[in-house]
Order: sequence, then C-alpha cells, then structure tokens
Amino acid sequence: MRKAKYTKDHEWVRLEEGGEKTNAIGIVGITDFAQEQLGDIVFVELPEVGITVQKGDEAATIESVKAASEFFTPVSGKVININNTIIDDPGLINSDPREVGWFFSLELADPSELESLMDEAAYESFVTSLS
Amino acid sequence: MRYLPHTKRERELMMAKIGIENINELFDQIPETALSSFANTLPSHSGELEVTHHLQSLANLNLAASDAPSFLGGGAYRHHIPATVDSLIQRGEFLTSYTPYQPEISQGTLQAVFEFQTQVALLTGMELANASMYDGSTACAEAVLMAGRVTKRKKVILSGGLHPFYCDVVETLAQFSELSIEKSRPEAPAKGHHDTAALEKRINKETACVVVQYPDFFGLIRDFSQLGEQCKKAGALLIIVFNEPVALAALKSPGEMGADIVVGEGQSLGVGLNFGGPYVGLFATKSQYLRQTPGRIAGQTEDLDGKRGWVLTLNTREQHIRREKATSNICTNSGLCALAFSIHLSLLGEKGLSHLATLNHEAAMSTADRLCNIDGLEILNETYFNEFTVRLPKPAGPLVETLAQKKILAGVPIRRLYPNREDFDNLMLVNATELTSDSDINLLAESISEELS
Amino acid sequence: MNKEIVSDTKMISSTATNKGLHIEEALIFEQGSTDRSGVDLPEISGRSDRLGKLKRLDQIGLPGLSEPEIVRHYTRLSRNNYAIDIGLYPLGSCTMKHNPRLNEAVARLPGFSNIHPLQPPSTVQGAMALIKELEEWLTALTGFPTIALSPAAGAQGELCGLMVIRSYLEKQGDPRETVLVADSAHGTNPATATMCGYRTKSIPSNDSGTLDLQALENMLDNKVAAVMLTNPNTCGLFEGQILEISDAVHKSGALLYCDGANFNAIVGKVKPADLGIDIMHLNLHKTFSTPHGGGGPGSGPVAMTSVLAPYAPLPWIEESASGFTITEHLGDHSQQSFGRMRAWHGQMGMFVRALSYLISHGGDGLRQVAEDAVLNANYIRQGLHKHYSMPYPGTCMHEVLCDDQSLKPAGLKTLDVAKALIDQGFHPMTIYFPLIVNGAMLIEPTETETKEILDQFIDAMITIANHSTSENIAALQNAPVHTPRRRLDETKAARNPILRWLQDTGPSAT
Repeated sequence: MRKAKYTKDHEWVRLEEGGEKTNAIGIVGITDFAQEQLGDIVFVELPEVGITVQKGDEAATIESVKAASEFFTPVSGKVININNTIIDDPGLINSDPREVGWFFSLELADPSELESLMDEAAYESFVTSLS
Repeated sequence: MRYLPHTKRERELMMAKIGIENINELFDQIPETALSSFANTLPSHSGELEVTHHLQSLANLNLAASDAPSFLGGGAYRHHIPATVDSLIQRGEFLTSYTPYQPEISQGTLQAVFEFQTQVALLTGMELANASMYDGSTACAEAVLMAGRVTKRKKVILSGGLHPFYCDVVETLAQFSELSIEKSRPEAPAKGHHDTAALEKRINKETACVVVQYPDFFGLIRDFSQLGEQCKKAGALLIIVFNEPVALAALKSPGEMGADIVVGEGQSLGVGLNFGGPYVGLFATKSQYLRQTPGRIAGQTEDLDGKRGWVLTLNTREQHIRREKATSNICTNSGLCALAFSIHLSLLGEKGLSHLATLNHEAAMSTADRLCNIDGLEILNETYFNEFTVRLPKPAGPLVETLAQKKILAGVPIRRLYPNREDFDNLMLVNATELTSDSDINLLAESISEELS
Repeated sequence: MNKEIVSDTKMISSTATNKGLHIEEALIFEQGSTDRSGVDLPEISGRSDRLGKLKRLDQIGLPGLSEPEIVRHYTRLSRNNYAIDIGLYPLGSCTMKHNPRLNEAVARLPGFSNIHPLQPPSTVQGAMALIKELEEWLTALTGFPTIALSPAAGAQGELCGLMVIRSYLEKQGDPRETVLVADSAHGTNPATATMCGYRTKSIPSNDSGTLDLQALENMLDNKVAAVMLTNPNTCGLFEGQILEISDAVHKSGALLYCDGANFNAIVGKVKPADLGIDIMHLNLHKTFSTPHGGGGPGSGPVAMTSVLAPYAPLPWIEESASGFTITEHLGDHSQQSFGRMRAWHGQMGMFVRALSYLISHGGDGLRQVAEDAVLNANYIRQGLHKHYSMPYPGTCMHEVLCDDQSLKPAGLKTLDVAKALIDQGFHPMTIYFPLIVNGAMLIEPTETETKEILDQFIDAMITIANHSTSENIAALQNAPVHTPRRRLDETKAARNPILRWLQDTGPSAT
C-alpha cells in the first residue's frame, strides 16, 4: 500500500496503485484522530463527480450529532469517484477511516502539491503536540 | 411582591454569605453614569385585583368577535375550540417547560411534537413536517429561502393569489438575500381564472420556486397539478401555501398536486384569533429536502433499555450548531400553539375534521346564497371553501365601518390590504364557519341591503 | 382460588411497563378507531359542493378518539415533562422564572383573545391602547424612544435589528459587508447576520470572559456594519467596557446591537440606551415571564434610537385626536421602513401577559427582580466555588458559569453532571454553552426561587461533585435512572431519521 500524506486539518491523501504514470489518482479521507474528535458521524455530504476542486476548498461536509465540520480537500483536481458506502452508512468513517471510510478520489491537477503535506511520522508528532 | 419569595432577613443572610454589604456591590461592573441616570418613575407594584381591573377595562374597549356576528377571514379564522384544548395546554408541564433539550425529562413535549409532525404531514399529503414556525407568513418566507438553497437558483415567482401580507413578508425577509422576487398581479376572481397557464409561462431555468395559495386569498380554489408538472420539468419547486387548514380536509391534498413544500397558518385549529398572534406556522416537505429544512424536528429513537423515545434530531441544520451556515435563525417557535393545534385535531379525528369542513363549506354556501339576492351585490367566486369575494355597488371600507358601529363584523374590505388598487375598492371578503348561524346571515344580509338602499 | 390470584399477579408484574404514577402512553395513531370522535357537531345538509373538481376523495389517515381518551393521552404525556411549575429550571440565558397565572387569565379575556387582526380599528381601540401602554413601559426600562413590537421571538428581533441597521446604512450610501459577533454569542446572532446578507466575523473574548476590546478595535474598519453583543454576556458577566466598546464601534461608523436575552440582570436598574447601545431586542418570554410553552411562542420587541426609528418594520400604531390608528403599508410617512416581518401586528397574547407582569411588579418590583436574580446566582456561585472549577472567578450577574475541569481527573464530564441532576429532581443547567468554555455549565436560578431551593440545589451539586472522587462514578455516568426514559440514542435518531408515525412501521415495543 502507498503511504499517505496528511494535512493539519486531519485529512489524508494517498495515490492509487499504478496511477502515477499518466494522470495520478488520489484518494482522500479523514484521519482516525479526526473521527475520534467528531464522535459518532451521522451524515456526510460528498462532492459531485466531475467537479474540479482546488486545494483547501470545502469539498465535503461531515456531521456528528452535535457538530458539523467541513472537509477541505488536501489536493487539487477533478473528482472522479465518490464513496457511496459512507453516505448510506456514515458509521464506517468511525470504524475504518483509513480504508472503507474513504471520501472520494480525484485526478490530481498538480502532484507536486503532495510534497508540501506531512508524512506519517510528521503527522503523528503533530497530533501528539495537540494533546 | 407576591412573585418574589425573599424576605429582607433572607437577603441579608445571603449577602453575608457572599461577603457583601450592599447589593450594588454585585453591579459594580456597570458604568456609574448609567446606574445613576436611572430615574425610577414607573408606578409601584400592583395586586391581582388592580391589574385585572385595568386590563379588563382595556379589553372592554374592544368588540370581541364572539360578541357579534363575524364574517372576518382573510388569513385568520374563528372556529369553536373545544374546552378540552385550553384545559390541557394550561397544564403546567406543557405551559411552563422549555424547549425539550433534555429528552429524558421532556418526553411529553417530544412525543406531542412527533404526533404534531405526523398530523401536519398527513393533512398536507407530504412526507415530513417540522415542529412549527412562528406563523404562516414566516413559514412561507422560510420555504422561499429554502427553495433558493435547494435549487441554487435566484428567481422566485409569487402568485397574485398569495395573501398580500405573505407577499410583503417574503419580500421583506428575502430583500438582503440573492433572490429576486417576481409578483404576479392580483386579480379578483372571474370566470376562467381557474387555470394556471399565466404562471406556467413565467417559469424558466432560473426559477427557484413558484408560490401559490390554496384556496387563494380571494377564496378561489385552483388545481395546481399541471403547474406542479411544469415546475418539475423546469427543476423549480412548487410551494403551496394555505391559510385555512380546515379546507385541506375538504380538498385534494397539496402533496397530491405535486407540491415540494407546503406551508400554512395553523391558527384555525386550537388557536384563538388573538388580534393576530401568537399563531402557528406549519411547514411540510419531501424527505429529499430534509437537510435544507428550517426549524426544530423531533425524531424517534431508543433509550439505553431499548424503549422507544423521542429526541430533537438533525440539529446540525440549526443555528445553535451551524451558526452562520444554519438553514434559518429560528430558535423559539410556536410550541404551545402547535400543541393546541394537535389537541384540537386529535379531538376532531378523521370523522370530526371532515364533518367540520363540510359544515364550514355549507355555511359559506348559505351565506353566499343569501347575499346574492341583494340588488347590486355580486359573488365573484365560482369555487370557494369557507370564504369568497363579493363586489358591492359602493366602497366596502365605509360600509364595513358602518356595520361595525351596529356590532356586525361584516367582512374584510379587500382594499385595506391593497391600498394601491382602486379597482378593489368595492370588494369584500366574506367568511363563514361552523359558528355562523342563520340569524347571523340574515342580519348581515338585511344590514347590507339597508346600507345599499 | 388462591392459586389463581397468585398466578394472575405474576402475569401482571411480568408484562406491565407501567410504574405507579408513570403510565406508558402509545401514540394517538396507535389508539382509537376511525369512527370515534371527541366532538359532537351539528348535522350537515348534504348539499352539493362548490369545490370545483377538487373535493378530497381519499382519507387523511387521522385517528379518532373520544374526549376522555384525549384528556388522558395528553395528561399522561404531560407527566413526562419537567417544568418550572415542578421545580428549579436553571437553564442559563433562558430565564426560566415563575409564570404567574394572572397573566394567563387576562390574556384569555375575550376582548383580547377573540379579536380579529382585520377588525375595523374603531372596534379594537383597547387592544391598541394596550400595545401603546406596553411600549411606554419598555421605553421607560430601556431608555429607547421607539419600540418595534411585531417580531415573533428573539431571533426575529435580532433580524429586525440588523435589517433596521442595514436599511439605515444603505440610506447613508454604504450597507457595508460584515457583522462582528462576540465568540460567546448565541448561535442565532451569526445565523441572523447571514439572513441579513452579512458575513460574520467572531470577536474573541479575553481571559476574563469579556470582549477583548483591543481585538475589537483591530477588527473595526469601514466594512463593518454592526457589532452584536450580549450584555450581560453568556459567561454571566457584565461587559464593563461597554462605553469604550460603543465609542470604538461608533468611531468606525458601525452600530452597536445588543442581544437582550440577559436583560433580567439589569431590568429596572440600568437603561441600555445609557450604555451606548443603538438597538436591542427584548425577550418577553424570558424577562417578562410569558411562558415558554415547551419551545414557544415568544415575542421579541426591538428598542431603538430615534435615528433608527424611521426604518422600523410595519405595522405600527399611532395615537391621534380621534383615537388609535394602525399603519399597515409603506406610504408617505413610512417610506423608509424596511418592510413587514410577519403577517399581523405582533404576539398580542404575549403583550397582554407581559403588560400584566409589568404592572404587577411596578418599577420597584422590577428593580428587585434584577437584584434578587443577581443575588441568587452569586449565592449559588458562593456555594459551589470550592467544588466546581469556574473559568472566571469573581462575582457574576444573574447566571454563574462553571466547567468540568475539576471533575475530569475522575472521568466525569458536564453531561454526567447534568444527567445526575435530573435524578436528584432538578432540571439541568445549560450545558456546553457558551462555546468558548470547554464543558461549560451555565446556571441561571432567576429571582423567583427561594433560599431553601437554592440550598437544595447547591447540596445536590456538591453531592455529585463528591461522588466523582468515589468509586460510584459508573452510577453517575449511567444517570438518569429515575426518569420515564434513560439516556436516548441521538446517533440512531440522526443516522436513521424517523420523523413521523407510519402505518406500516406499526407500534414498536415499549
């Protein structure tokens, strides 16, 4: 499995296997830390397939019983697929935010954007610094 | 003072415990200039007897609609409210509780709200309803704002049959939004006014919603099924507004005509006239628009023991969670009026409500039949429920005023609501309900004849 | 024979879900029968209708119940509610005070409750006189010359206030773009600003729980239309720098809006107009005790300066030589009004109750209301400060703010305190608000509570805090247990919304 990169807003992005050579495909989601902070997730709204998002845009909305938060896309690109499973069963984001609970995939507009994001070790120490 | 329990001695004890000698020490953050400028020139406290006497004397200056034959409608209707309704809503557990934020000790209110939502959904023929809005007019404005959010379009078409004050409220509350409001010209009922072709022609790709009233302000009943289809084709929402919920028992439901949002005034059931407030706004829509719905909603769930119970749910739509991104700023709604509506409707039941609707329609037909014999008076409606428009041979305003001096509340002079429409000068809106007796009708007809002769 | 009785008793005790005075009650839709009704109506004649072709042909689906069933249904439901009539209801910033029954009685006089909003003005002179009299009281208490009475509740009052401000600024040539809202404000403030077409920015609070004046000054520029402030604020503290705040706001050309939710702390003591405020709403259902009714109705009159008065919403009532008249439309002398906020004249039923409350208290009683409300909150603060952490030590106004910092080591949180209070017979305080304090508990006792009740509440709170250091913590986290329902699954409710009864889902097991 490819290594994921992280943002300070607790989103992850990783490249899809074999997608590197032509158009790199990125998959995005939220981290375990984020799902724990939110509590039981009851609703998620994902972007429409086909739209183009810029890094940092509010691309999705996540709601728990008592809070609503925005999902800022960690990279720019065109949305090519969304995870309908989490729309039907948002609890999957809580139980498996890294795999089953992914949000959407997109065709990266600029793969170099990944370089500015944190790697796993940097993110882990960032999370530690928060508590 | 009867509402304040502390004695002087207790206040002293409490201050000693806090460690102050003078109560003003607790107000020391307030600028001295402001504190000292308060000159208390208000009268001092009064006992129940004095208060009652004073307020009774003010009440006596009004002519209660219950003390006169009344044919006033136009968005507020007088019905008989069973004694049980007021008795039950005055139970302290309903009257003096707050918004049910702690569900374990608010199951009474929450279950009642859940039942209210079900009743409103059934009556309107929609999938769901919220826990109430302030009144029909603000519910209407909220529906328009919601249509803007759902369709992400900007053009709003208001039918000429929409209550003029509802039009004003929509225009006022949407004036700083991105929506642009197009109003159709109101027309008095006439032959051939039943179709909606003119409205349909105005729908285009920019249209967020079309707002129509059922029956309309002039009492006319129109079928909006075709309009609903046109809206659907164009991706616009159809909003159906009603003023008189009793009418929905006699008529095909708005949901069946393809409405996307149905809003209305619930005052007719359980809530008195109260000079215009408090009333209760009803708001119903389709499940697909749930996330854009304003206001509180109660939902069913289970407790730790697996017992069925209710909570306020989907709170992330609301201001206390979503703040500037909320679907509305509404917080306090019309809870107790909604309860009164619900109790009245429960007492009526399917059979009672249907019967009440028929009585209302028959009272209106009897009134119309009697009035149409008056020389020079013309009934303009081909269709109506419990309210219709008449054209008098002279201005309605002065006539209504003259009859009021004889303690007859004759009807609404339509020009009062359309000051710029000289052509409406002779029009009067006449309403009859189950409270309208044959002698009321005779008195009205004779008095009008007298004034016209 | 004996045997039979024994077996009967067994059967009853194993199936019954009722407990003494608490009786389980099904939904009305699960009761009655279609042919039953709770009303007797006159006969119908059966003549043909004039409904066009739109006569309803299908059933609505409403249940039919007789009057005794209805009375029992709602009485049973009512007993599942806590209420101010039952005990202390210390919801912070909600002002749950005693609701005098006199106010209910006078509001039901037919001369008030049974008048139609479109009656000829000559037949409702008493109603208009009452509205003017209420205006005079509110003017005397706020110091503002103009009161717009039509807003239906506090949030609509806020919207009224911001619409007045926007209309005024537009007349000056620039509506501006942003509204600054204190970070401790009610959620209605930013939601209202959005409805008025403004972007919202949050003003931070300082370490003392009041507005950070320096931060505010840095944020003020010629784009700011208004600053929305609650005073006393939702930390229970008076914004002591209010005059400096007002000066800074006015210097930048913006206006100062005050959310009057907490007016109970200063009513009869200070006029907000003397605090540099331009416009504010009052909650008749808080300060002036018109009952909350399980969520409404309310009433949110807006008091404003003479500069803003021309922009106030329709309708309004004026007194002339020939009596009271009502202005319902934009016209020659109402050109600048921003419009109409709701169909009729305002919450008349609430006006009658509020006026009855005001006359009953008088100027002396109202001042005592503020003083006792503040005294009671400080008495609770004194009783609790050794047992609960308080983010802003020092005296408070009419409500006291605690948090759960001191309970955390034991694994107890604010929600547990709230639910444990329920088991002790009290309604919880406002929890997790204001948002700027983690685990906030905002306690507003109001002036109508006795010293004995306050002592009992303090004892209950101390008992809960003491439990948090014992091994009994699991019991607290399990609370409430003495309620018709235990903790309810809000996640389930939100993930799978069931928002109405449906025939096919049928009654679920209770």
